[in-house]
Amino acid sequence: MRRRGRLSRVRYSPRAVRLSIEMNAKTAPASDVAIEFRGVSYHINDIPARAIVSNLSLTVSSGETLVLLGRSGSGKTTLLKLINRMLVPSEGQVLVEGHVTTDIDPIRLRRGIGYVIQEAGLFPHFTVAENVALVPTLEKWDSARIAARVEELLRLVGLDPAEFSARRPRELSGGQRQRVGVARALAADPPILLMDEPFGALDPVTRADLQREFNSLSGRLNKTIVFVTHDIREALLLASRIALLHAGRLVALATPRDFLRLDHPEVHAFVESLSVSSGVSS
Amino acid sequence: MTAWHFFITHRSEILSATLDHIILVVISVDVAIAIAVPLGMLIVQHRHLRAVALGIASVFQTIPSLALFGFLIPIPFIGGIGRRTAIVALVLYALLPILRNTYVGLTNIDPAILEAAEAMGMTNTQILLRVRLPLALSIILAGIRTATVITIGVATIAAAIGAGGLGTFIFRGVAMVSDAVILAGAIPAALLAICADLLLALLERRLRVT
Repeated sequence: MRRRGRLSRVRYSPRAVRLSIEMNAKTAPASDVAIEFRGVSYHINDIPARAIVSNLSLTVSSGETLVLLGRSGSGKTTLLKLINRMLVPSEGQVLVEGHVTTDIDPIRLRRGIGYVIQEAGLFPHFTVAENVALVPTLEKWDSARIAARVEELLRLVGLDPAEFSARRPRELSGGQRQRVGVARALAADPPILLMDEPFGALDPVTRADLQREFNSLSGRLNKTIVFVTHDIREALLLASRIALLHAGRLVALATPRDFLRLDHPEVHAFVESLSVSSGVSS
Repeated sequence: MTAWHFFITHRSEILSATLDHIILVVISVDVAIAIAVPLGMLIVQHRHLRAVALGIASVFQTIPSLALFGFLIPIPFIGGIGRRTAIVALVLYALLPILRNTYVGLTNIDPAILEAAEAMGMTNTQILLRVRLPLALSIILAGIRTATVITIGVATIAAAIGAGGLGTFIFRGVAMVSDAVILAGAIPAALLAICADLLLALLERRLRVT
């Protein structure tokens, strides 16, 4: 009942969204379900033989960082896009905060879900500040509130507002661009954050920096985060739980600690890749 | 009579023909922009109209220009002898480069940017006006530049149906078998085309977003 009330407010008033999220952060128990996949399949052009995701069920708890791990083509990104209805399931249902995604206006749904992708996808004709202000501007916040929010967010992701606000994306390094991407996704304080290999295109040193900061940030923000990666090292570092996908199916779901002990060929394949790469690096 | 001598003695006549020519081109290109840019935006949103719109615009371009002017003369309202008919023909000619570039500019955008825009909860119209259009401006302008240069050339033929402009000298020179008179129309027309090309190229570079 409480959830229904929350969502109806999400629909109509951005101000109420902020308030309800702040309240949610304090009162929601860790076991509260934020996202649920119920027997979800996704086929290209609705041809069952070309299934990207097959009969997958999974719940994501409020406030956790769920990492979707898998090889290229395992269906990770598809799963992510099913959450904010960039894709619609061929079978089954996806629920966000208790509501079936296809019952909610996709625009409202997406404004309540932050989204970060590889290479950030920043708008090249906008300044850093304008990029971060995108969703608040669409939500018609007043300009003073937007300016304050942009400054707050740039500080949060470690960029000095005085130095970076007026720059264009091409005047930033890859790591800085990704920071702006995170700030933009957080702008309207969405309860859910989807991240699709956000650090995939960065050099290893910058990536390690951002991963470390991500960990401290996600601890403080109390967001529900679904994070896609093919890098088991990254998964172990960032996840509260790891969901391993293989050929569109969920083959393992465990905390990082338990994950390493699982007995499944695909888990072994990933764990072995870990020991090979650390063997090379040491 | 040398070309230079003809230029000197007929300078006010040449100048006024040049002005007529510029007016003809500016009106035609403006009308073409007013049709082609919104049409390009429309066919991005409604893809089923795309082949039809681009096809029709291409057909106009394949009609030889002199024939197009001729075809228009008997048509009521838009036809007849004079400037109005010429403008209709020039607009039809200028449509394709602008329409094609508008469509290409609006669709040829980094998919990551469009994905982010969609995921942020922008509506299709917001994506079109705030993302696609600003990023397409320089390519649209390149189309306008091509259309302008073509129109300056084709507009000389408009003199054949009494629209005035620099083509008047060219037709007169052909009839008189006088190079000097032909050049009095051809040289200003060529200079106009070069100037327009340079100016628009400059503007295009300024609008480009990297």
